[in-house]
Amino acid sequence: MGEIATTGNKGKGVRSDCFVTLELCDQGGIQLQVESKVAVMYGDDIRNEALEILDYFGITNAIIKIEDSGALSLVIAARLEAAIKKLIKTDKAWLPPMLPENAYSTARDRNRFSRLYLPGNSPSLMINAGIHKPNGIILDLEDAVAPDKKYEARFLVRNALRAIDFYGAERMVRINQGDRGIEDLEYLIPHNVNLILLPKCEKPEQVLKVNVKIDHIRKVNGITAPVWIMPIIESALGVINAYSIACSADNIVSLAIGLEDYTADLGTKRTAEGNESFFARSMVVNASRAAGIQPIDSVFSDVGDMEGLRQNVLRSKALGFDGMGCIHPRQIIVIHETFAPLPDEIDKAKKIVFAFHKAQEQGLGVVALGTKMIDPPVVKRALNTINLAVKMNKLAENWRETHEQI
Amino acid sequence: MNKYDKLVTNAAGRVVPTIINGKNAVPYMGVGKYKPVGYRAAPKLTSCADYPADGNKVIPSLKEALIKAGLKDGMTISTHHHFRNGDMVATQIFDIAHEMGIKDLMWYPSASFPCHEPMTKYLEDGTINRIEGSMNGALGRFTSEGKMKGLGILRSHGGRYQAVQDGEVHIDIAVIAGPTADLFGNCNGVNGPAACGPLGFALADAQYADKVIVVTDNLVPFPCIPWQINGNYVDYVVVLDKIGIPEKIVSGTTEITKSPDRLLLAEWSAKFCDEAGLIYNGFSFQAGAGGTALSIGIYFSEILRERHWKARFARGGSNKYLVQMLEEGLVEYILDGQTFDLDGVRSMRDNPHHTWTSPFTSYNYHGKGNFSSMVDIVILGATEVDVNFNANVVTHSDGYLLHGIGGWQNTLFGKCVILPIPLFRDRMPVIRDEVTTICGPGELIDVIVTERGIAINPLRTDLIEKMKNSSLPIKTIHQLKAEAEKICGVPAKPKFSDEVVAVVKWVDGTILDSIRKVIK
Repeated sequence: MGEIATTGNKGKGVRSDCFVTLELCDQGGIQLQVESKVAVMYGDDIRNEALEILDYFGITNAIIKIEDSGALSLVIAARLEAAIKKLIKTDKAWLPPMLPENAYSTARDRNRFSRLYLPGNSPSLMINAGIHKPNGIILDLEDAVAPDKKYEARFLVRNALRAIDFYGAERMVRINQGDRGIEDLEYLIPHNVNLILLPKCEKPEQVLKVNVKIDHIRKVNGITAPVWIMPIIESALGVINAYSIACSADNIVSLAIGLEDYTADLGTKRTAEGNESFFARSMVVNASRAAGIQPIDSVFSDVGDMEGLRQNVLRSKALGFDGMGCIHPRQIIVIHETFAPLPDEIDKAKKIVFAFHKAQEQGLGVVALGTKMIDPPVVKRALNTINLAVKMNKLAENWRETHEQI
Repeated sequence: MNKYDKLVTNAAGRVVPTIINGKNAVPYMGVGKYKPVGYRAAPKLTSCADYPADGNKVIPSLKEALIKAGLKDGMTISTHHHFRNGDMVATQIFDIAHEMGIKDLMWYPSASFPCHEPMTKYLEDGTINRIEGSMNGALGRFTSEGKMKGLGILRSHGGRYQAVQDGEVHIDIAVIAGPTADLFGNCNGVNGPAACGPLGFALADAQYADKVIVVTDNLVPFPCIPWQINGNYVDYVVVLDKIGIPEKIVSGTTEITKSPDRLLLAEWSAKFCDEAGLIYNGFSFQAGAGGTALSIGIYFSEILRERHWKARFARGGSNKYLVQMLEEGLVEYILDGQTFDLDGVRSMRDNPHHTWTSPFTSYNYHGKGNFSSMVDIVILGATEVDVNFNANVVTHSDGYLLHGIGGWQNTLFGKCVILPIPLFRDRMPVIRDEVTTICGPGELIDVIVTERGIAINPLRTDLIEKMKNSSLPIKTIHQLKAEAEKICGVPAKPKFSDEVVAVVKWVDGTILDSIRKVIK
């Protein structure tokens, strides 16, 4: 009896995944058994793929069982490679082709209203995530993956970054804490990840350590595309150090807050009103603004309560946040609609901006709306609102041509 | 007798038998091409002199009723699926037939459910020769493996009525489970512990069968009001302790979907209808019982509410969501063929704007018109669609027969037929070069809505024109197919033997396609 490795998932409710059992032997050749719910359509493909991968890793004697619940090729490959690497040491990797559609990089200041968390070891949720059009998709290697699945999840996330179409969403991964997180980077940086979320960030040194590794991998692989960092503040110490963390590297584009861990750290409970986290949220907003980056709020965990979510977004927006996390695709539209300028905000901004342009044309130094003077910061905020509204198709770019002065 | 003979290629390009279980059959000729001649079948004449003047037709047991009805080898026995997976009657009939040593019965259900799995043993031992109706789950698998003695025939709800009316199928004994009945045989489905809503699927059977047995667990004194089935059609009434399992009758499978992908399909389908101008004050729609179809109702509601519009009528399968629309005044009438939950049953019983229909009024293609072609928007499902928009609802891509047709074929005559379906299920692409089994000709299917794009049938130039500047991702069906295959790979086809195990009838009784034995 040789060593046995298992990877993947099976059983009731498991979809688009497979469970691989691999036993290396001294003799007997390759004995491959495939049980698949799509055997009629893809049984031969699955067998051929498995044999090719085994051959690539130089495995000639093994007993392999693949229990398949409709896994795509990239998933089968990830599961099998992880099983192989649990048993043998090798530097080789079996990479599915990189989709050309995924070869984009993202701008530092792009919209990050919504970022959808997906467990890093659940392929069924990844395949269609992009069609729901979140601003970002987070493949989570940290809390959403059980400790004994952390290793195999890296292969799945890597293959997903290459072979699942993200449909333009910012390609994000939340790495693990500590050294495991540093190791995670090897599986991510060469595969055009746009942004790394850094959990439990408490000190600038954590960012620097991650960046050293990222820079090294980028250099080795000749990668020029930027890799952004979003530290997540989830502890009392992190909140206190928020500003120095926000300033610690020039590839930090935003600071996020994680309230479940933070409230636990405080020894309190998370409430709907959020009084217990008011200070921390304000700190994160303040630190981010001071550092010129985006403050991003925590997730809202009741996926059935859309009105509660909307109220939460309104509070978040009022505090100064630019976006928040989501854990279900249904939350995306509510988050986008509510973070986007609302109709009355746009109306008000239109009046101010219109008055501003008129004042400029007339060479006046002071902007006035009726008899009321408008301060420059108010004008600036109105201009931001208008730009955002135009960007989100809430307002025509040439709106001024049709705007009637009131 | 051969199960089938004389194969020909029909107008859909499918090879089908023209002799089935010893009877002649007409191959499919195209939509609206086959016109029947002659007269409808006529039931036997009867005389009140042979029935008790006090109206009491109660017989002590189902067995005695079946014996009195003359149960013997080779008869056709009909049952109905009003109780869906909670039916406790159909299997009992064949238990009795088996016990009496009766052979070669034809079972003529309006649909079969997983609870009918015990029938496989009667198919095996020869009690039942074949099923004409629907073969779901285990029964479908049994059929696909070539184990059924006779040739299976799949008909739509409308086709079932048509076959009886046209004399293609002669029912010897109809057993109608009535949730509430009186001793004369009047019965309804809106009262009683096994309340299920309407009893429309049993109408043809009541009108045309030689003998009609009503089985109830809730006998009330005459008169049973309302009478959805007239006692004047009924020979015998049998009272049992329990005829159905209520929680499986109103199965609760009909909840709004929580799947984000399916909600997206629903949202896009509703948006499509709106942008294409299909929704207007006084429009009509039919949405099935699936979670996606139900969610479309929610989106319709939002649109109607915002514009202060109403739908003139909605076709059921009704459920609480449709009832909510009725009660909120977003829908003026529900014309209901079956009821999926207790809210639907209550509404049908108490609200005169919620009325029961039958396959005769809604679906029978050999009538003087029917309701189905008057519906503006029809939302349906499918297991597969092909690049010519032909669709399949009975077999899966692995070749196995797993579902019945239901009213699906009949509703294709609606003005705009929309199929919201995922582009692939796990790794199973839904759009194929050619469907495994044709159940609906592509010319009747207008729009396919998937999570990666929407394809409009090229025949619908009007819709294509209207959606020219749509915000929705309009693509060709070939683009969608290519997109699925890029993700899943190109699927291999299932392997079939030449042996035909069942046929699919079109709504006019012609043979649309053959289902062949699966090679394992």
